[in-house]
Amino acid sequence: MSAPAALPLPAPAPLHEALLQQVQALDGHALWWLSGYAAGMAQRGNAGVASFPVAATAPGLAQAPRISIVYGSQTGNAERIAATLDARLRDAGLPTRLLRADAYPTRELKDETHLVVVISTQGEGEPPDDARGFVEYLLGPRAPKLDGLAFTVLGLGDSSYPLYCEVGKQIDARLGELGGQRWLPRADADADIDSIAIPWLDDVALRARELLTEAPVRTATVTPLHPRTTANYSRQHPFLAEVLANQRISGRESTRDIRHIELSLEGAGLHYAPGDAIGVWPRNPAPLVEQIIDLMGFDAAAEVTHQDKRLSLTAWLRDERELTRLTRPFLLAHAARARNEALDALLAAEPAQLSTLFSTHQVIDVLQRWPASWTAEDFIAQLRALTPRMYSIASSQSAVGDEAHLTVSHVAYRRDGEDRWGAASHELAELSVGEHARVFIEHNPRFSLPADDDRDILMIGPGVGVAPFRGFLQERISRGASGRHWLFFGNRHAQSEFLYQSEWQPLAKAGRLKLSLAFSRDVVRSIDGDPLPAGPRYVQDCLLENGEEVFTWIEGGAHLYVCGDATHMARDVHAALSLILQRHGGLDADAAQATLEALQAQGRYVRDVY
Amino acid sequence: MSTHCVEDIKRASAGLRGTLLASLADATTGALADDDQTLIKYHGSYQQDDRDVREERRRQKLEPDHSFMIRTRTPGGVTTPAQWLQLDRIARTYASAGLRITTRQAFQFHGVIKRELKPTLQAINAALMDTLAACGDVNRNVAVSANPLDAALHARVQGDAAALSRHLLPRSRAYYEIWLDKKPLHEAASEEDPIYGEAYLPRKFKIGFAIPPYNDVDVFAQDLGFTTIAKDGALLGYNVSVGGGMGASHGDPETYPRLGSVLGSIAPDQVIAIAEAVVTTQRDWGNRVQRKRARLKYTLDDRGVDAFKAEVERRSGVRFSPAQNVRFVHNGDRFGWIEGEGEGRCAHLTLRLLSGRILDRDGQPHLTGLRAIAERLQQADAEGAHFRLTANQNLVIADVPSRLRADIDTLVREYALDLHAHASPLRRNAIACVALPTCGLAMAEAERYLPDFLTRVETLLVHHGLGDLPINLRISGCPNGCARPYLAEIALVGRAPGRYNLMLGGDHRGERLNLPYRENITEDRIIKELDVLFSRFARERRQDERFGDFLHRVRVVGPGAFAVELIA
Repeated sequence: MSAPAALPLPAPAPLHEALLQQVQALDGHALWWLSGYAAGMAQRGNAGVASFPVAATAPGLAQAPRISIVYGSQTGNAERIAATLDARLRDAGLPTRLLRADAYPTRELKDETHLVVVISTQGEGEPPDDARGFVEYLLGPRAPKLDGLAFTVLGLGDSSYPLYCEVGKQIDARLGELGGQRWLPRADADADIDSIAIPWLDDVALRARELLTEAPVRTATVTPLHPRTTANYSRQHPFLAEVLANQRISGRESTRDIRHIELSLEGAGLHYAPGDAIGVWPRNPAPLVEQIIDLMGFDAAAEVTHQDKRLSLTAWLRDERELTRLTRPFLLAHAARARNEALDALLAAEPAQLSTLFSTHQVIDVLQRWPASWTAEDFIAQLRALTPRMYSIASSQSAVGDEAHLTVSHVAYRRDGEDRWGAASHELAELSVGEHARVFIEHNPRFSLPADDDRDILMIGPGVGVAPFRGFLQERISRGASGRHWLFFGNRHAQSEFLYQSEWQPLAKAGRLKLSLAFSRDVVRSIDGDPLPAGPRYVQDCLLENGEEVFTWIEGGAHLYVCGDATHMARDVHAALSLILQRHGGLDADAAQATLEALQAQGRYVRDVY
Repeated sequence: MSTHCVEDIKRASAGLRGTLLASLADATTGALADDDQTLIKYHGSYQQDDRDVREERRRQKLEPDHSFMIRTRTPGGVTTPAQWLQLDRIARTYASAGLRITTRQAFQFHGVIKRELKPTLQAINAALMDTLAACGDVNRNVAVSANPLDAALHARVQGDAAALSRHLLPRSRAYYEIWLDKKPLHEAASEEDPIYGEAYLPRKFKIGFAIPPYNDVDVFAQDLGFTTIAKDGALLGYNVSVGGGMGASHGDPETYPRLGSVLGSIAPDQVIAIAEAVVTTQRDWGNRVQRKRARLKYTLDDRGVDAFKAEVERRSGVRFSPAQNVRFVHNGDRFGWIEGEGEGRCAHLTLRLLSGRILDRDGQPHLTGLRAIAERLQQADAEGAHFRLTANQNLVIADVPSRLRADIDTLVREYALDLHAHASPLRRNAIACVALPTCGLAMAEAERYLPDFLTRVETLLVHHGLGDLPINLRISGCPNGCARPYLAEIALVGRAPGRYNLMLGGDHRGERLNLPYRENITEDRIIKELDVLFSRFARERRQDERFGDFLHRVRVVGPGAFAVELIA
């Protein structure tokens, strides 16, 4: 196997003539961006470094004014009119783009200068199916100020219904409310569409020409370079991030509650790169705290001092102590008090059995199962301090700006008729839009995109392990990366657990993403026999099935990323990669292992597993 | 979808193959590629999604909950007990909502997922049935009166219908290759289709055989109708009618339902020649530019019935004789036991199944019950006993030997299959299409809404002393009219969730179209309107007069009707 391409040497080589010339040709805006980018690259690889500066906008190119025509159509009429308008304006030499509402990138709305909306109203004042997302965004709290926008709306409807042209009216009102200027007053077209639409088309075409010659050229904003940001917020001093969205993304048939959570980092001065994590400081669930206090006969309001900190017992248990995770020191101390033969036997037993105990029992389970008495002070002293939980960030700031998205599996189950939860996942799952989570950024420079956008990347991320890859793809797509992307995803069922399916599909269709999927419990049933697996069961099976091509990618310099469960998945994936190197690279097991270790050393095979 | 699109898809499909194999193998989605969604219709399936959860899944960043409807090709709805048992197994393994009898005497399954499409179709094939051309721009399932007076006549007509269905199948071997793993043949020319050509028909095509005096197939709603002319049990010939059709679009006067025009009569052995001539003339004359005007009914209105008839005669070499007088007494089903004649004294039992849906529900284990009946027939070696689906979504258990009648009766009672015995005439005759949650075209509920709506109307009828009134009531979730609403005495045609057009004035024979009475109204308003009309009917009806006829007589609908606004 040929040696994989090496990373750049640490000592900077003199710049090539050609490269120097290119740099000299850049304008001021682009140079600012380039300096930040280069400084950031230089900082990679240093552990524990502060925020990695990311330019908030693309290199400075003036945004030429252009008319965006967005349509929402159910039966094709709105689409037809929008397309006609688009053709007319282009024939007149005007720059336009024509988009169906569900293809409109809502992040670009704040930069829009000229917007035409052609939209029909269905039934009881409803938008067409394809336009729901767009309308929700526009009417919702996250719609941006639109002071620089000139717009006009054509609504289609049927006056024999109440709420005639309701959606067109709402959009027109909202755009005005957000600061937009009406280019033409709203028009409403009834069932005899053309009687309104044709004169409207004429009016728009006439005004378009006038407007564009008036419009000032918008220059891109320049984000000054952030030197090593002394972020005000940190692990010790977390930021109160407002929840912008908390959406279940597992289908109703799934027994798992997986959440997509969007947090606002506005005003935090925090920056992250794809691959970084968010740390969340949880609070223990109130019912659990009450239950423990009750069970142990404590006084909830009693003040307890420990290591110079004085708080109520409730506050200690809620904010300062691990309750949902059992620790060995606590268990030993509890066993000493419980003096229970069964528990003592367990503690003396095989490590494997004991580790099962830790993975299936929370503190309260131990307290219930093997009663013992504690004083509040001793209890607080013996419990471990609460720690933050880390979640790989599922977004890239180049796509979402001052936001961080998380993919969280809500740990919630029943034990002997009682509820048990994971502390952070439960708190996050229960947060409503507008409430806050206490967060900080933890950089993960090892698990980051290749500096070179030409590199192919192989991403192996079953379940919520897919989270950082959403950020990776957002980043690479927004950078126009030319390298290829291959995502290996798995879960139990395709129909209800194919996380972010509707986001991957358009990328796959556009040829920007290769998807290999494994759904472990999906079967093809049989009338008179046993069901058969529907396809590969686990991501490692996908890897092996595609072994030859995986090998070719690795040979070509691809970077491999694995994210997710440490215990089984990472180990099995590693074994599969080794097998692939053996089968297709003609290596023996030892050489394959050595190659994988070399890739790891070079930063071409990185893992974020937990 | 524009006509241009669909026509191109057909022509470019390589004999209905498209990219179906690749679509089936694509694990990233439960859907087929766009063009394949059109092509799979010809294989007897529609891609659908659960509309109840569409919006929820969009928010969940999941694609719609895709699944497939599969429809059998079952000429005359005739099914053996062995076939029934296989279909029952298929429904329980692969489908989500039992078995469904359509208004064209076919079985439908809903909720089949993409990766189980092939096993399902193979399982259907293993029952010696197929789903070929059950949908798409081709001849669909051929309907036959399910329970005529004369058993021998039924057998003869059923034979003609089955032969015609086979004759009009597309030549493409795509079905066998894709679903049944048959090897492609080498001879490229073997798939030339002399009847369908390269682009099939401009639109769907429906054929029905009616055996007077029962017009259960609604022969005048068919593109091509054959009405038997018989004497003393002998089949003498058929009246031929063309250009019936139920579909329309709201607010579009270029689209409308139409009753078939009678061309004349033919001898029984001329059925295939005439059918082929009608189909090929429609193939060549039908509108392929405006898909909404593509049905045969519009071709007739555009080109003229006489011109069409002349062309059919020219192509077939058959001259029509004058049509014979025939009389239909009604277009419903005859419920309960009907005695047969002849040896062994077999009988038919017609059961009422609301909307043709066969499911196990609390207190109504219909799927299990019919399975038990099929098993009983099989066990007892009841030769000749079989099932017939009716065009009113009901079920005939046919040719039951008298020794088994008691058993069948017991099973019917045990499994609550005896709705026909205690339902009102209104409830016994109503038809509803599937609509939500699976039909992508539905604008309002139909099947799911029917039981409650019937209850409200029944209450009204009882209130006016009309509880025993047989009324033809049909609900269609959209104006496409799969429930044949435009022939009903009272019809609801869906406009928007909870809103319908109220059509009135059809008859009870399937011989008169109804008319719009109120547009876009809610259930409460519908009930108010019916209340006023039932009240008048109770006071003013003549002896034995039917509701639809009454409405015409007193000018509530029809020429000369004056609009009466309800003062609520």
